[in-house]
Amino acid sequence: MPALSSTMTEGKIVSWIKTEGEKLAKGESVVVVESDKADMDVETFYDGYLAAIVVGEGETAPVGAAIGLLAETEAEIEEAKNKAASKPYSSAVVPSPPPATSSPAPAIAQPSPAAAASDGPRKTVATPHAKKLAKQHKVDIGSVAGTGPFGRITASDVEAAAGIAPTVTPPPPPPPAAGAPAPTAKATTTSSPPLLPDASIVPFTAMQSAVSKNMIESLSVPTFRVGYPVNTDALDALYEKVKPKGVTMTALLAKAAGMALAQHPVVNASCKDGKSFSYNSNINVAVAVAINGGLITPVLQDADKLDLYLLSQKWKELVGKARSKQLQPHEYNSGTFTLSNLGMFGVDRFDAILPPGQGAIMAVGASKPTVVADKDGFFSVKNKMLVNVTADHRIVYGADLAAFLQTFAKIVENPDSLTL
Amino acid sequence: MQSAFSLSFSQSSLTLPNRPLCSSNASPRNLRREAFGFSPSKQLTSCRFQVKSRRIEVSAAAGGNGAPSNKSFDYDLVIIGAGVGGHGAALHAVEKGLKTAIIEGDVVGGTCVNRGCVPSKALLAVSGRMRELQNEHHMKSFGLQVSAAGYDRQGVADHANNLATKIRNNLTNSMKALGVDILTGFGSVLGPQKVKYGKDNIITAKDIIIATGSVPFVPKGIEVDGKTVITSDHALKLESVPDWIAIVGSGYIGLEFSDVYTALGSEVTFIEALDQLMPGFDPEISKLAQRVLINPRKIDYHTGVFASKITPAKDGRPVMIELIDAKTKEPKDTLEVDAALIATGRAPFTNGLGLENINVATQRGFIPVDERMRVIDGNGKLVPNLYCIGDANGKLMLAHAASAQGISVVEQVTGRDHVLNHLTIPAACFTHPEISMVGLTEPQAREKAEKEGFKVSIAKTSFKANTKALAENEGEGLAKMIYRPDNGEILGVHIFGLHAADLIHEASNAIALGTRIQDIKLAVHAHPTLSEVVDELFKAAKVESPASTTPQSVKATV
Repeated sequence: MPALSSTMTEGKIVSWIKTEGEKLAKGESVVVVESDKADMDVETFYDGYLAAIVVGEGETAPVGAAIGLLAETEAEIEEAKNKAASKPYSSAVVPSPPPATSSPAPAIAQPSPAAAASDGPRKTVATPHAKKLAKQHKVDIGSVAGTGPFGRITASDVEAAAGIAPTVTPPPPPPPAAGAPAPTAKATTTSSPPLLPDASIVPFTAMQSAVSKNMIESLSVPTFRVGYPVNTDALDALYEKVKPKGVTMTALLAKAAGMALAQHPVVNASCKDGKSFSYNSNINVAVAVAINGGLITPVLQDADKLDLYLLSQKWKELVGKARSKQLQPHEYNSGTFTLSNLGMFGVDRFDAILPPGQGAIMAVGASKPTVVADKDGFFSVKNKMLVNVTADHRIVYGADLAAFLQTFAKIVENPDSLTL
Repeated sequence: MQSAFSLSFSQSSLTLPNRPLCSSNASPRNLRREAFGFSPSKQLTSCRFQVKSRRIEVSAAAGGNGAPSNKSFDYDLVIIGAGVGGHGAALHAVEKGLKTAIIEGDVVGGTCVNRGCVPSKALLAVSGRMRELQNEHHMKSFGLQVSAAGYDRQGVADHANNLATKIRNNLTNSMKALGVDILTGFGSVLGPQKVKYGKDNIITAKDIIIATGSVPFVPKGIEVDGKTVITSDHALKLESVPDWIAIVGSGYIGLEFSDVYTALGSEVTFIEALDQLMPGFDPEISKLAQRVLINPRKIDYHTGVFASKITPAKDGRPVMIELIDAKTKEPKDTLEVDAALIATGRAPFTNGLGLENINVATQRGFIPVDERMRVIDGNGKLVPNLYCIGDANGKLMLAHAASAQGISVVEQVTGRDHVLNHLTIPAACFTHPEISMVGLTEPQAREKAEKEGFKVSIAKTSFKANTKALAENEGEGLAKMIYRPDNGEILGVHIFGLHAADLIHEASNAIALGTRIQDIKLAVHAHPTLSEVVDELFKAAKVESPASTTPQSVKATV
């Protein structure tokens, strides 16, 4: 099993290109091995016959273990086969030069470990698309970690660094050489249930594919949710007053959230690499908007700093652009916190999925008149809105989130500060 | 049996017809009395003349290719090289009644059919469709919905291979059917009017055309392994689609390959020695082409640099390319990519042709010729009966130029003088959108105008003004015509847009026939068609001269 990268400890056999008994010529590819980074063809350094396959397709073996036996002559194939049968993982590791007489040579040749990372400081190598994206999203290409082959910086690395969802997926690589036509729902390998009659298949648009990709990525983030009831009587009164001036509820909530985030910066941070806090210097509140066929999150930059009226105006512009699909990338991917409101449908509470690259998302329900009891036992009816925040527990802890929500509720319940 | 034929006159040597007169009872009718100048008094008995026999190596195929008109040669015309140039010459020669043979040492069809035009256009057809299907925005604008389009590399490669095979067979059959003798073996010139092919087959021909073509040029320092460092020959087999490929050279070959590779999902880096990409094109066109073909695609570039050393990928290392500044030769950068394609031009294939036997020296590999394609020897004299056409002479390395040169040569050997005007030969680059041109570029036209003292005007039109282009949502394009406003002569036409390669011919025909703009501007074009783009150019031109009352052509100056 060759070491295909400096970080590889074990590899999986993707497929054997040559079969048992086949003749091998020096330099020919014999097997395809999957490393932690990519699938690589492994060539043989010797002529001979592939006498026995020790590690089959789909199986894994540690780096250095024998995955197959190569016999120099046809006569030795039998011997090699017996050897393979008796010792599944032979401990013969390093490829020794072919022995003088008849004993078959051990493990298939291994390419020397990719010297990439061990060469000392490497210059940054970035693909053309990566460079273009870096320029577009104003990312310093030198600071991006490269995860492509040979450590190069790829487009998706830059997108991850910029905190944006990769948009259109590149053309899919050609299917493996099997050449079978696309399987129908009844494929033996996949486990998807068969389609019901009259079901119709509508492929994803690029936006829908992007949403789907983001949602799947979010599965790898450990999240938790905290809910909070907020009394909105005062907010509603304020809304009535400022509505004629063009202020929307969205702007009010975004500003309130922005102001609360200013006091709780960890909720405005994100965890980009799994081992550090990335505090953001700006508070950019992205607000989820449903547009026909999809979902997009235009961003209100510096939501804490701009005044309410300016924020509302900006919001109107952004929504217009979103509806006509003219949002620029920085207008939808620069968010540090997201606000999602389903109150207009009458939803009382829901929990949102955390978008990748952010620390928290706030889901807001409808404000409904609710019977509340105070500590003296008197009933009254107040407008209550249920707010639910989903946060990344790698950086935001329970107490942080609860404190944030407490602040948020206080701002909303004393909304005069919003008009400042 | 001795020839018992007594002549009763004592003239000097008799020129006898080269026909055996063998008949025991030769009747007087068989004799040409005029030739012999006497009347036989007695009947002739057996008589046999010595017939100078020639060993004809090949079996002449049936058809129009009859016996050579000049009996002392095996063939009237022998062509060395069965590529596009040779094929064009051969067909025309047979049409003119010449007994023709064509020698091929590798595969019929040469570069164009097997390693050039044909497979590359097949791949470009695939890449064009791939690009269109993947352009979500484009499809949406039609109201179409296409799920993720994908491709099977082997299928694409097969399309190109099958097409090459088909065309190769068509070419071979067309020559066979017309009676051209196809001789297999490497051909070389042994001496004047004498050609050798294969091991040791020697034939004589009244005229010889060398049409041996060219091969991809690989600069020194570049190690080609056919897998990770390749030339166009390997690339057209499409054995793999690399993630990231560096293309050395941004001429039309490099440009077309960048179109193919980016459509199939690769990223491309151009390495260009000159300071501008696409140096051969009109600058305005290349600026627009760069905006459309390079900037929005996953392509970046390094200009003003040479790739001084390229090592193929091995031992887990990627392909390493060392770049040096083109002028100062200082090391500039090192690229690490998955593959490198060498597209730095083509070198003539003229080694081993026996040119030294006729005292012809090549210049950088090219065979020197005059404007009639006649070969010039080491002393500057024309070598009689020897011509060279196509890439081997380096005049204009395009397939159709080769066949045009071949036809020109055949015209000359059959008695009609012909000089091919290369300025009337169009050229095209089959990217998406296509680029085509004929005649001079704007800087060249202005230079000529300065020297000869005339004014130059430019007419331009955008494809956005064309209904058909807009219907296809392909309004991105530009057509431009450089002309003389005083007499309406067309100096050059350049088109960048959908089907540009097909549209250029109206202009190239006009230039070839010397048609002036004022005479052609009223010609009607069907609507709505893309040809109206060219019509717009003619209509937009302002010419001082009036239209001629009767259709006339002015011979275009070379």
